[in-house]
Amino acid sequence: MLKITDLVHSYGSHRVLDGVSLSVAEGELVSVVGPSGCGKSTLLRSIAGLVRPSGGSILLGGRPIDRIPDNLAIVFQDYSRSLFPWMTAMSNVALPLRRRGLDRRRSREAAMAALDQVGLADAGGKYPWEMSGGMQQRVSIARALAYRPALLLMDEPFGSVDAQTREDLEDLVLRVCAHQGMTILLITHDIDESVYVGDRVIVLTRSPARVAADLEVGLGGSRDQIATRQLDEFVRLRAEVGRLVRGGSTTATTVLEQH
Amino acid sequence: MNRVRVLRGVVGAAGFVAAVEAVGMSGLIDERFLPRMSTILVSAAGLIVDPDFLADATATVTAWALGLLLTVAVAVPAGLALGALPAVERAVRPLIEFLRPIPSVAIIPLAILLFSDNLHLRLAVILYASSWPVLMNAIYGVKDVDPLAKETLRSFGFGPVSVLLRVSLPSAAPFIATGVRVASGIAIILAVSAELLAGGAEGIGIFITEAASAGRIDLMLAATLWAGLFGVLSNAVLVAAERRLFRWHRVRSGSPR
Repeated sequence: MLKITDLVHSYGSHRVLDGVSLSVAEGELVSVVGPSGCGKSTLLRSIAGLVRPSGGSILLGGRPIDRIPDNLAIVFQDYSRSLFPWMTAMSNVALPLRRRGLDRRRSREAAMAALDQVGLADAGGKYPWEMSGGMQQRVSIARALAYRPALLLMDEPFGSVDAQTREDLEDLVLRVCAHQGMTILLITHDIDESVYVGDRVIVLTRSPARVAADLEVGLGGSRDQIATRQLDEFVRLRAEVGRLVRGGSTTATTVLEQH
Repeated sequence: MNRVRVLRGVVGAAGFVAAVEAVGMSGLIDERFLPRMSTILVSAAGLIVDPDFLADATATVTAWALGLLLTVAVAVPAGLALGALPAVERAVRPLIEFLRPIPSVAIIPLAILLFSDNLHLRLAVILYASSWPVLMNAIYGVKDVDPLAKETLRSFGFGPVSVLLRVSLPSAAPFIATGVRVASGIAIILAVSAELLAGGAEGIGIFITEAASAGRIDLMLAATLWAGLFGVLSNAVLVAAERRLFRWHRVRSGSPR
């Protein structure tokens, strides 16, 4: 589905991506975790075609990304800036559908269905600034869902909401994406979150970013905020990802665990 | 709060009228040069039913409205284009900075030479003078659009023109509206100025000139009063429209409702 090989990017003489290679299979939710400022966002923006990388290749559905792909949606961290305040929630969700050639009635129906999926069936007529942060981010998610992208990119999507809302939104994304069979690349700096939501966790090193580890998450399909976080596998993975993010290596982890 | 403000304004205006009237009654000023306030107000009231004045006022307001429409039609697209194309903006910037400070009234004699039709003349000078605030606000409004808002739409596959019309234009609209409000005030000044300098058949400026030559200073001032009231009124209507249309902008920038 998505295959990135030896991706390199520099801003001037400052190298941010130093040969990143990773792949995402159809229907997979891959979380990318790394220290703050390690180049995660540059990676996401390269995939979205918003940044032209200095080197390496990105294939989306077998085709190289030379311009902004047609079948991709992004949920940004900053919902208050990425939703349009002059439009209602409904119009915000429906707007990208209009470009896809849906007429007004059909795009409104699709928008309504997506709002319903994120639990905002009654809030379509509200403006973003009349909503709480969590509700606004739900609208952003609904906008991405309604668009039915082949690949959904999420850039720290739960970074600006409170802890309770964050858990609700994590479960919401897991639920609707399992339901729609969506392929997702989710970028986060939160170690717990990367393990909790991911089928796979890709850990990036400090800047310039390289892939430190690509870990399979053996937690199965259904997750629970309390029970999953108590599982040995979750605790082990969280510790491993944590050490990697702090700059340790997998070998050190194995040695420690043997003692 | 708002009521108190309106009340204070009314008290202030009434106090001014009373003071001028008192000075008039005291006989300090020769009434041939400056009629009493009450005389001016009575004349102003009389003008409401004066068909000649109404025809003049209609002509001026028509020139104002058409001129303002023309300004919006020209300056908004130009401002959008310049705001979106920084290279072009840098190229035309020196020209703009040179033309903008020229007092607009100074171009009326040139316009008199260029236009034989009086309405065309007025529209041309209104367009020239009123365009600046709309143009500048549109340029800065478009430059100021949140890059993340634009990227959001780009990531959904919208091209540059769509992004300009669907994100930059609505984002900049509150700034453009403020520019239009300033332009509205300039347009009425230019309309009357052009009438005073260029003459013509109808217009508040023509009415004032004729009243002056007939020695009717009371009518002259009464017509001036109406021109001023029109300016106040059109400004108030535009402020109200801005509040209604751009509530999202006020909420967002944290200004009081």
